[in-house]
Amino acid sequence: MKLNLALAQINTKLGDVDANLAKHLDYIKQAKSQKSDLLVFPELSLAGYVLRELFASVAHKPTEDDPVFKHLLKESHNLDLVVGFVDEDSRHRFYIASAYLSGGKVLHVHHKIYLPTYGLFDEGRFFAWGDSIRAFDTRFGRVGMLICEDFWHASPPYLLWLDGADIMLFSSASPGRGLNDKEKLESARWVERVTKAYASMFTSFVAHANRVGYEDGLHFWGGATLFDPNGEEIAIGPYNEEALTFAQMDLNQLRRTRARLPLLRDERTSLVQKELGRILSRD
Amino acid sequence: MIDLTLSINTDLAREILTGFIKSEVTRIGMSHAVVGLSGGLDSALSCVLAAEALGAENVLAVRMPYKASSKDSLDHAQLLIDQLGVQSKTVEITDMVEPLFKLDPDISKMRMGNIMARERMIVLFDQSEVFKGLVIGTSNKTEILLGYSTHYGDAASAMNPIGDLYKTQVRQLSHALNIPAPIIDKPPSADLWEGQTDESELGFTYEEVDKILYLLVDQRYSPLEAMEVGFDEKFINAVMTRIRRNQFKRMQPPIAKISNRTIGYDFLYLRDWGT
Repeated sequence: MKLNLALAQINTKLGDVDANLAKHLDYIKQAKSQKSDLLVFPELSLAGYVLRELFASVAHKPTEDDPVFKHLLKESHNLDLVVGFVDEDSRHRFYIASAYLSGGKVLHVHHKIYLPTYGLFDEGRFFAWGDSIRAFDTRFGRVGMLICEDFWHASPPYLLWLDGADIMLFSSASPGRGLNDKEKLESARWVERVTKAYASMFTSFVAHANRVGYEDGLHFWGGATLFDPNGEEIAIGPYNEEALTFAQMDLNQLRRTRARLPLLRDERTSLVQKELGRILSRD
Repeated sequence: MIDLTLSINTDLAREILTGFIKSEVTRIGMSHAVVGLSGGLDSALSCVLAAEALGAENVLAVRMPYKASSKDSLDHAQLLIDQLGVQSKTVEITDMVEPLFKLDPDISKMRMGNIMARERMIVLFDQSEVFKGLVIGTSNKTEILLGYSTHYGDAASAMNPIGDLYKTQVRQLSHALNIPAPIIDKPPSADLWEGQTDESELGFTYEEVDKILYLLVDQRYSPLEAMEVGFDEKFINAVMTRIRRNQFKRMQPPIAKISNRTIGYDFLYLRDWGT
C-alpha cells in the first residue's frame, strides 16, 4: 500500500485565523490536484506561533459547527488533514493542538504535552499541558501525532510506538537558532537528527512539517522531512521558504524492515515497566 | 578547546537577515527602508542587506556629517552608495546641533557626541516619513551588550538585522557581501570627534572582547570558567560590569504597575500582532 503524503511548510499571519484558513484551503487544493492522500500542516498553522495573549482570541473547537473546522472537515472527504490550532476545552483551558481530520470526521486531537518555557519560549505561561499520548487508527494504519517539544523528549515517540503507531506525524514551529559555520542551523540539525533517529530506532515512518516565515525577530526554517523505517530520508523540503513537499510512503517497507530488524518484536516492554516502577518508587 | 573563531555560514546569515528585513517591512504594507550611512562597517552592512532584501531603489541611504566629521567617512559612504545604486541624501547636522552646543561653553565631548547621535536619529525618523520607509538599525551585538551607543541615538531604529552578530562576525559577513575594502579595513570609529576610535575608547579590541562575550553570553560560561580558558580576570570583570550597567539601554523604560493589566508585564503581544 502506498500513501501519498504532502507536507505544507507555510508562513502564517499571527492571530489571523481567517487568513490562515484561506491559505490552508489553497494548499488543500494543490495537494488534491497532486492526488495526495494526507496533508500535514505545521504547529499552530491556523493561529501563528508566538501568540502570547492572543491565545484565547484564536481558539477553536474541532467540531462540525465551528466556523473554521466546518470548512476543513468538508475538505477532508478525500484528503486526510493534520492541522495545528489552539483548542479550548469546555472548562476554558487552552491547548496547543493538532487535529487529524478524515472523511468529514475528527479522528484524533493531540494536545501538546511538553510546553517549552525556557530560553526564548514561553508556552507554559499561556497554555495548558496535554496529558495523553495516544496512537489512533486511520485508513492507512495506526498513526501518532506529536508537536515540536513533544519529540524533543524520547518518551512520547516511544509510547506511540508501543501503542501501535507505524506512522508518526510531527509538526513544529521551530525558531531557527545556533548559526555557526556549519551548513545548517543548529536547531535544524538537531531536529533532523532526532527525527531520523526515531524512524531508525522505531522502524517506522516519521514525517515532520515545520513552519517558515518570521514573527518579530524569530525565523522559522521549514525543511519538512520524511524518513522511512530504515531511517532513510525519502524527502526533504527547502529551507526558509513556503513549499508543499510531496513524498510517497511505501507502507510495505514496514514489513520488509521489521523482518530484517525486529526491534519492535524484541522490545522488552515488561522490563521497561518493571524498571520504571522501581526507578519512580525510589525516594 | 572551544572554538572561538565565531565563524558563521555567511550564505545562511545573508538569507535569514534579508528575509527578516523583507518580512518586517512588507508585512505592514510598506516597501521602503531608510539607513543612516556613516561610512563605517555596521551601517554599510545594514544598507547592503536592506538593498538586497528590498531592491536598491527602495532604500534611502542618508549621510549626516558634522563639520568635524572625517572626509573619509563621507567618501566611504559614497563609495557604497555608488556600488549599490541605492537612493541617497546628505543632511549636514552642523547647523542643527551647534546652537545647542553654544548654550553651554563647558559642554563635554561626550555630551556633544550624544547630541549628534540623537540629531541623526531625528533626521532618520523624519526621512522615514518622507521616504515612507522603516529605519534600519545598525547596532551590532558587541556594542549592544557593552552599551557602546547613545540611548535614543544610534541605538534607535524600527528594526535591526545585525544586532545578533558580533563585530567580528559583521566583518566576516561584510567580506562575503563585497563591501569595499576601505570600509572593512579602517579602524572602527563613531567619528564623533577627530581621531576617535572604538577600540582606544573601550580599552580593548573587538577581537578580544567578542571572544569573552561569546563565552559569557552565548555559551553561558561562568567568569571562573572563562578564566580557565585563559582570559584575564580583570578583563572579564570589566566586561561583565559593562554588560550589567548598560541593561537600561536594551530595554523599554519600566512602567510602575498599579492596574491589573500593565504594558510590559501582563499586556504581552509581539509587534507582528495581526500581520
